[in-house]
Amino acid sequence: MSALNMERGVKAMMEQIDAPIASYFNSCVHCGLCADACLFYTETGDPKYTPIHKVEPLRRVWKQEYTFWGKLMSTLGLSRRVTDADLDAWQELVYDSCTMCGRCSAVCPVGNDIAYMVRKVREGFAVSGHATEGLAEAAIRTVNIGSPMGIKAETLKKMVASEAKASGIEIELDKPGVEYLLMLSSAEIMQFHEFIGAVAKVMDHAGATWTISTEAFEATNTGIQIGSSDIARQLVQRVVDVAEKLGVKTVISPECGHAYIAIRWDGPNLIGRPYGFQVKHIVEVLDEFRAQGRLHFDDSKEDMKLTFHDPCQMVRRGGVVEQPRRLLDLCADNFTEMPDSGVWNWCCGGGGGVSTNERAEPLRLKVFSRKKSQLDSIGVKAMVTTCSNCRNMLEEGLEEYGMDMEVLSLTELLAEHLDDSKASKGAEA
Amino acid sequence: MSKRPTVAEHLARQGVSRRAFLKFCAATASMMALPPGMAPAIAEALGQRRRPAVIWLSFQECTGCTESLTRSHSPTIESLIFDVISLDYHHTLQAAAGDAAEHHRERVQEEFAGEYLLIVDGSIPIADGGVYSTIAGMTNLQMLEESAKGAAAIVAVGSCAAFGGIPKANPNPTGAVSVADIIKDKPIINVSGCPPIPVVITGVLAHYLTFGTIPELDKLGRPTAFYGETIHDRCYRRPFYDQGKFAKSFDDAGARNGWCLYELGCKGPTTYNACATTKWNEGTSWPVESGHGCLGCSEPDFWDAGSFYKAVSMPISDLGKLGLAAAAAGAVAGVAVGLHNRHVKAGAKAAHKPLTADELEGDKS
Amino acid sequence: MTDMELLNWARGPALEWATIIFVVGVLVRFLEMSLLGRKPDLSEARASAAGGGWRTVWRRSIPAPGLVKQAPVVIYAGYAFHIGLLIALLFFAPHILLFKDVFGLSWPALPFFVVDAATVIAIVALLVLLVHRLVNPVRRFLSSWVDYLVWAVTFLPLLTGYLAYHRMILPYTEMLAYHMLSVALLLVVFPFTKLMHTFTIFVSRWYNGAVSGRKGVQL
Ligand code: SF4
Ligand code: SF4
Ligand code: SF4
Ligand code: SF4
Repeated sequence: MSALNMERGVKAMMEQIDAPIASYFNSCVHCGLCADACLFYTETGDPKYTPIHKVEPLRRVWKQEYTFWGKLMSTLGLSRRVTDADLDAWQELVYDSCTMCGRCSAVCPVGNDIAYMVRKVREGFAVSGHATEGLAEAAIRTVNIGSPMGIKAETLKKMVASEAKASGIEIELDKPGVEYLLMLSSAEIMQFHEFIGAVAKVMDHAGATWTISTEAFEATNTGIQIGSSDIARQLVQRVVDVAEKLGVKTVISPECGHAYIAIRWDGPNLIGRPYGFQVKHIVEVLDEFRAQGRLHFDDSKEDMKLTFHDPCQMVRRGGVVEQPRRLLDLCADNFTEMPDSGVWNWCCGGGGGVSTNERAEPLRLKVFSRKKSQLDSIGVKAMVTTCSNCRNMLEEGLEEYGMDMEVLSLTELLAEHLDDSKASKGAEA
Repeated sequence: MSKRPTVAEHLARQGVSRRAFLKFCAATASMMALPPGMAPAIAEALGQRRRPAVIWLSFQECTGCTESLTRSHSPTIESLIFDVISLDYHHTLQAAAGDAAEHHRERVQEEFAGEYLLIVDGSIPIADGGVYSTIAGMTNLQMLEESAKGAAAIVAVGSCAAFGGIPKANPNPTGAVSVADIIKDKPIINVSGCPPIPVVITGVLAHYLTFGTIPELDKLGRPTAFYGETIHDRCYRRPFYDQGKFAKSFDDAGARNGWCLYELGCKGPTTYNACATTKWNEGTSWPVESGHGCLGCSEPDFWDAGSFYKAVSMPISDLGKLGLAAAAAGAVAGVAVGLHNRHVKAGAKAAHKPLTADELEGDKS
Repeated sequence: MTDMELLNWARGPALEWATIIFVVGVLVRFLEMSLLGRKPDLSEARASAAGGGWRTVWRRSIPAPGLVKQAPVVIYAGYAFHIGLLIALLFFAPHILLFKDVFGLSWPALPFFVVDAATVIAIVALLVLLVHRLVNPVRRFLSSWVDYLVWAVTFLPLLTGYLAYHRMILPYTEMLAYHMLSVALLLVVFPFTKLMHTFTIFVSRWYNGAVSGRKGVQL
């Protein structure tokens, strides 16, 4: 018998249900507007993708365990308990067709935070053995090896060394007493490693001290995605331990939306105490440098027509909205907003662990049609973003739809246009 | 059988002129909503009739109905009706008393069996064997049943006889009921009101006497000619209602301007009666005109419809107080349920076993 | 039972029981919900949670961008219904008397023709919403018998109120009695169904908005 079972699943959901969730279920009027906000419905037309329907198992547990009537009914044997078969049937809805983008949460007229509930219902799925295989494996790798892609410290060291060489800037690993500790997502170590060089350039340019830890470098938190606070807590704790050991002032979340909310907003609640340091997204740090006059650009502004893809977790769920726009303004001449930009942006389709889920791929690519029509309406040559997962998903989507467009990292774009001669090296102590 | 004179003969003997009689007939026709041209036909029909025997029984009542019918300032068409009928038995009006009176009633019942008209005012107490009201040793119930047997028709005059009225009001200690609650096999005309409008009583009698038939009745057995519309439908203050102009107290500017009395509890909207058209005291005025809302006196249970000064849209009970009591109970119950929920949740938390990577691994196999 | 007895019963015992069930039910539901509590948020706030909460409480009354185009029926009919209902409920002179009687508070009424129009709008909007619920795939998919029950108990007071006011179909007394009984039914059904959203909507919006507000998300 597996240690993961239904009873544990129901108990986990019971633990998660709080006053907000009870209020959300009490409030839902079945208006279906959340469906109109969710790209999994708008792009497929299948009503089963209605957001509130995705959390039906959670609703059933709430009703049976925490409402007077539900209790009465279940005592009288008039209601059916949530079963393994139910969760099997819902697995696709909970993991494949929700990126926790929170667009539904932003439109629901009664104010239901459905994405919050999806996060919570996954707790029940995870401990009852109903998480998707891809996420389970990623979680196992992250816990056991340190990163969902199985990247080890050795690999990191190699990539960092090569980026240091390429940029000509020394990057000191595990250095105590610096101001910033940079975290990285696996994708930024393996595919988009130029990001490391770009950060090195900017830090050097701004005269900031920073480091990367070989003990805890992975920024993404698979615990959040699979829906296990236990695993998520372990992963956050690693970062906290290292950051406090090194005595940094600020931990930088890299270009990754989910990583950002995991460490910035969920972290303290997972470990049960506030941090002794601050957490900022790289874009927030860059924007602070800008505000402090520590960034200087050459005259070669990017004149390609480009737009910005808002990563859901950064804007709608993270609160970083204006910073990337201010930064783009410094280095790009021909910037156009997408329709529904900022907090109303549409997801790339691969957030919330969907990108880790092979089975979900066809669906994810199908719903990319929303991004396509957004892009078609403005006709740009390139798309800048601040999330490496989005970047991956966007590239795959563009390829699938045969669209010719570049996807750029904002940090990298910015680094390219810095004017080295005016660098404020050591300007600030 | 009957050797009684015709109405015409009797009136001639009483010195009532033909003109006065025609006038009476015309008034009756108009009240019954018949065309004025019907007056001579009514006079004709009525004139040819023999004066019918009428027995008037008074049970649990206040004599208001009789007063209403007889207390007119001058001889009027209402009083004329007594010249038309032969009122053989009526406590208040008859000269005879005691055994003599009762024997007379019995005699009329025998002699005119199947012909006489039975008029009842007052409700009938049936609790405890009907002991709460007796006449000459007979309970009202017994007397009604006995007199109803030979009646051609019954007219229940006043809301007490028609619906139980004030004696039936909560908690109804005497078990008062209406005539129709007891008598099921005779035509009954309910002339409700507390008291009914005198011309309505006479109009109904005139109709019966003229045509020998029961007029068209509503669901509650009331003649639609008089009870077909609500007070509110015909009220002259209705335009103010429609404009939302309401008197808020009995002596504010609204009241002085003659605005609608709805907010002061007028029951006109739910009351079917002819006050607004026939008025009272020979057309002098009527309650709403004199500045007071309708009490709904011609409707069943008007005494139990809450305060006379509460609008129809208001609940009868004090829901504010009730709601507070319910809120107290709800708060206690809610806290109990809520604490139980917390207990259940704490239990789930206590049973929590942290999820490990090994468990996820194990689950795959 | 005569119409008047029915009306007296509706104005009396029926409303009494309905009030008891409503008040006790709503409070129990509310407390069983609230007492589940919520963990304090230990993350460093970027902006005021309460500010975001209050902001969302009112902001959510405005449809999200693009939504009007995407779900015009729900938005337009939804608004029409709620506004119509509120006007009819709160600004019809006889209703204000009832509130005054129960809560001791009163306010000026709107002219009857306004209330009348609002009622018609609410009735039509509800009918449109019903049809939409039956034919639109998402709404149909989401609906169970409870949704139709809730629709019916909301529709009946509007319909009977309208018919009573216009003295249509049934005698006024009888229709008024049905109107009050339908309100009693609504009150009884209220605590056990999504009608609870009337109150919990503010709680939900607040919680959702507080989370966003804390993060500095302007939604
Ligand atoms: S938008 Fe909100 S109220 Fe409407 S169905 Fe979705 S969760 Fe329920
Ligand atoms: S969070 Fe995003 S993907 Fe998930 S249900 Fe809501 S709108 Fe859809
Ligand atoms: S005074 Fe009474 S009967 Fe007259 S309009 Fe007003 S509510 Fe109706
Ligand atoms: S106005 Fe109303 S209460 Fe007054 S006598 Fe007429 S019906 Fe009766």
